[in-house]
Amino acid sequence: MIRLYDYVLSASCYKIRLMAALLCVKLEHEAVDFHPGRAHKSAAFAQLNPAGTLPVLVDGDLILTESTAMLVYLAQLSGRDWLGPCDPKSAAQVQHWLAFSGRLAASLGMARLHDMLLYEGDIDAWRAQGHAALRELEAALSERRFAGGVWLVGDAPSIADIACFPNVALSQDGGVSLDAYPSVRLWTRAIRALDRFVEMPGIHRLHELRPAPEVA
Amino acid sequence: MIAPEVMNEWYPVAMAAQICAGQRRVTQLLGQPITVHVQDGVIVVTGQAGPLHVTEAFGHVWACPGTPAHPLFPIPEALETGRRLVDVGVVRVKCSPLRAVENFLDIAHFPFVHTDVLGAEPHTEVNRYEVQIREDSDEVWATKVTFYQPQAAKSAEGGIVTQYMYRVPAPTAAVLYKTCPARPDAWDVIGIFVQPLSEELCDVWPWMALYDDATPQAELIAFQQMIFLQDRSILENQIPRLLPLDPGMEIPTQADLTSIAYRRWLKKRGLTYGAQMVAA
Repeated sequence: MIRLYDYVLSASCYKIRLMAALLCVKLEHEAVDFHPGRAHKSAAFAQLNPAGTLPVLVDGDLILTESTAMLVYLAQLSGRDWLGPCDPKSAAQVQHWLAFSGRLAASLGMARLHDMLLYEGDIDAWRAQGHAALRELEAALSERRFAGGVWLVGDAPSIADIACFPNVALSQDGGVSLDAYPSVRLWTRAIRALDRFVEMPGIHRLHELRPAPEVA
Repeated sequence: MIAPEVMNEWYPVAMAAQICAGQRRVTQLLGQPITVHVQDGVIVVTGQAGPLHVTEAFGHVWACPGTPAHPLFPIPEALETGRRLVDVGVVRVKCSPLRAVENFLDIAHFPFVHTDVLGAEPHTEVNRYEVQIREDSDEVWATKVTFYQPQAAKSAEGGIVTQYMYRVPAPTAAVLYKTCPARPDAWDVIGIFVQPLSEELCDVWPWMALYDDATPQAELIAFQQMIFLQDRSILENQIPRLLPLDPGMEIPTQADLTSIAYRRWLKKRGLTYGAQMVAA
């Protein structure tokens, strides 16, 4: 069984929970007391991940500590459907968005930790960097829409979408509104409408698109 | 100028374990800067005008910026042997501290905000329950509350009809008692302690006293944080920002009895910090 060292409020951990749910991969969850216990910074945890970050994914002797690597691993295990098209341009674009997701975590993600769990730092800079990243994402997704596309790369959702989705969908938690980014909002709806989508605190399921209970 | 009735109450300002471990917490209370730290082995809370009254209870440091009108309320269950006391940690919310308490008292939102955990459609009905303002303790109590819950607690296996009692013993603190899946003869106790930073910003400290020997601590914390963070985005979007104490455009229903009693109790006692006095 694949084991995920997990924290319920972490956007990066949710990335892996969401990917696993969409792929029907069962994970064993090990809750880590990230807040208030800071167990991810403990000596015991450093044995597992010297970087002291979450999530950590363990499958046999394989230990992964980067969430984008985990997305690749889970997607490879489950056939190639979620890796994006394999032509050179698309493959490079998927890599671009996997790296870009790191910028989202370093800006929107930090703004959220500041506003919610009292992390100290330059909140104005984090929000400004978050807006800069959202403008790039908005431009890219608008181009895709004009070309009739929905997803970041290719004609189907891929690990690129899953990598970028959590910190974008949670941006309001850090005081960054998505009001100015309509293509981004539509894209988050498309992801939330996927079969087997799972939610996390701050990211709600699409109640409004589901039939009312008495109709179902 | 903040009313003396507000100044003379107790407010949570820190998690005791973190302060005792040497952390220094620079924060705010009722719009004024305060510092919480250990000095000569004693927890002190210092404001601009000097030290505040301090007491330690239920895992947290409580301060009174005025002259305490009464001792801090008791939670007798916290002293029972066999209970696990869980400090859930702070979460900041951009909302009125009174709204954070009111949300904790509400049952009707369970199926919609805590879907498949504390409630689920079509089980949305809030059955009749009783509410009183107890004169001996001057607390708001709601009793005989029942609700169908798919996963009432970390230790619950499948859906159960959960019984609840709610209690407001201080303007920015509430305590609930709910069916304990592991011990049907006892109640699990969950508190929400709200530190009013300003009228529209608060630090919220959930806390639990449970009968549960099986669930790892990290999972208990994660479960309660999941629940509270589902509320956070809702709380930050409530309008008007301040809690209206007079009926106006809102039409309360039978399910809102506890909230109505809480608002009346606040008004009667002049606890209007975070409240809107003009009918909304």
